[in-house]
Amino acid sequence: MTEYPTTKPDSAPGASEGSSEVVHIERPVVEFLRMYMRNWSAVVGLLVFTAIILAALFAPVILAVDPFEMVWMPFTPPGQDGYVLGTDNLGRDMLTAIVYGARATLVVGGSAAALTIFIGITIGSLAGYYRGWVDEVLMRITEFFQVLPPLLLAMVLVALFEPTLTTVAIAIGVVTWTGVARLARAEFMRIRELEFVKAARSIGSRDRRIIWRVILPNALPPLIVNAALTVGVAILFEAALSFLGLSDPNVMSWGKLIGDNRDYLLDAPWTVTVPGVAIFLTVLAVSLIGDGLNDAFNPRLRER
Amino acid sequence: MLLAVIIFNFILLSLVPGDIADTLAGESGGASQEVMDDIRRTYGLDRPFHIQLATYVGKVLQGDLGTSYYFNLPVTELILGRVAPTLLLVVTALVLAILIGTLFGVIASRKPNKLFSHFVTVLALVGFSAPVFWTAFLLIVLFVAMLEIMPLSGLVDPTTPRGTLAWYLDVLHHLFLPVLSLSSIYLAAYSRLARASMMDVLGSDYIRTARAKGLGETTVTYKHALRNAVIPVITIAGLQFSHIFSGAVVVETVFTWPGLGTLAFESILRGDTPTIMGILFFSAMIVIIVNLLTDIAYRVVDPRIRSARNA
Repeated sequence: MTEYPTTKPDSAPGASEGSSEVVHIERPVVEFLRMYMRNWSAVVGLLVFTAIILAALFAPVILAVDPFEMVWMPFTPPGQDGYVLGTDNLGRDMLTAIVYGARATLVVGGSAAALTIFIGITIGSLAGYYRGWVDEVLMRITEFFQVLPPLLLAMVLVALFEPTLTTVAIAIGVVTWTGVARLARAEFMRIRELEFVKAARSIGSRDRRIIWRVILPNALPPLIVNAALTVGVAILFEAALSFLGLSDPNVMSWGKLIGDNRDYLLDAPWTVTVPGVAIFLTVLAVSLIGDGLNDAFNPRLRER
Repeated sequence: MLLAVIIFNFILLSLVPGDIADTLAGESGGASQEVMDDIRRTYGLDRPFHIQLATYVGKVLQGDLGTSYYFNLPVTELILGRVAPTLLLVVTALVLAILIGTLFGVIASRKPNKLFSHFVTVLALVGFSAPVFWTAFLLIVLFVAMLEIMPLSGLVDPTTPRGTLAWYLDVLHHLFLPVLSLSSIYLAAYSRLARASMMDVLGSDYIRTARAKGLGETTVTYKHALRNAVIPVITIAGLQFSHIFSGAVVVETVFTWPGLGTLAFESILRGDTPTIMGILFFSAMIVIIVNLLTDIAYRVVDPRIRSARNA
């Protein structure tokens, strides 16, 4: 099968194989943070993302209003009558809706991404470690999910079962794990042939221990980078589903806000563009974090 | 694989609470038990599960996807009527994204630290992060509301006589914004990918050989390097085809484009099970065909794969 070039963090055991310059690092975590912090776009991404999380956490403290409450005349432009972001078609305050919408986005995006990563790593590691018929069966299942258009399948799943945040998160997880599985499989296939895995096997470690304690920690860097992207993808899926009206109608979210106001796009463009900016900034922040992690894990790539 | 898709669809959609009898009865404002039983018998819903499944699979293999509950038309006919606009949209967007994306990537790779290269990096980030429906709405605000040079929605102005040159031009005119929204995501991704793989290839030995032979930089870039750098783009484009199809669902609903995506969305809202199953099956089939085409495209681009397969 395809062999991948070894570009791994220098702290990992077995890294000496293939790489000529082995740097011994005293405190890998501190070094890693230092590498990350040197990258200003990654730091900006982290700050923006933290701000969004804080806004979502403290939404009821900042703005003690129900986001569904009609507070003022519909279609008040931003800045007028003290409504910073204006009001929407039902006279709801856009600022409140945006702040509360962050909760749905983060909860669904986060838990869907966690599910994606869990399914992906489980399937990928089993397939990559055991090979043979296990690999064959699991890869057929993966291909099966790759063939179905993911958003379409998620729409069907949400429509079939009740449209709650849980259903939406599960539906997104079920349709997006294939990429993680393929990545995990490739990493496992590469690492299982390395010396230290053979050493672990020769001292009689069981498969479960080798998979979770020996191989997985070494396969983590690319998976962590991928996890950041997964969160971004999950947020975009949540936005698309709630935009199409296939999410919990009782929970305010950014996609829903756009979907509710789409007919008034030409008369009150801010009702559609502002929530879009919120989605865009969140996903952008997450991808900047992902790029930053990638650079920090692979210092040599930065020279490109 | 297709058989698996059919069976999966059937099992999935038979989990739905409520059936055709409930839908029809609901529309006509209630019905007696007898009528409901009669409807179920007509649609074969009174038979055991495995027999229903076998019947469905058998019919699909003969090209019969059942009858839409809503339109009361054969699903196959319904889908074939909608497939052309979707393919027009998806294929145009994909081709544009690959061509322009690769071009951007190539230009950026020649001067890695110049402005254009940074532009490609930013473009890739923006393209990934912007939800496609939001991009579409921004384009509408710009081209429809402010510049007033683009139509808002639909496939063609209904007053234009069908089949004339004006009709085709009008379709193109309507196609512009949906294609631009849909291709923006992939254009961004492919330009970054093409840049990375070009830079990889430009550093390799045979490029040095080509340069040492005294070939011009343009020949080296476009004749020697591009051929190899485009392989990852083709791979990803092929793998992502089902994603582009998903994007089309959203773009089509924004522009009320009369394609499969709009049909799928409306059928989901109507609970029109045979149509949903039909569309899922049909799109899976298209994705499989595209994967085959990707394999063929490899052989055209990369002679090594051709000889490896023959050996």
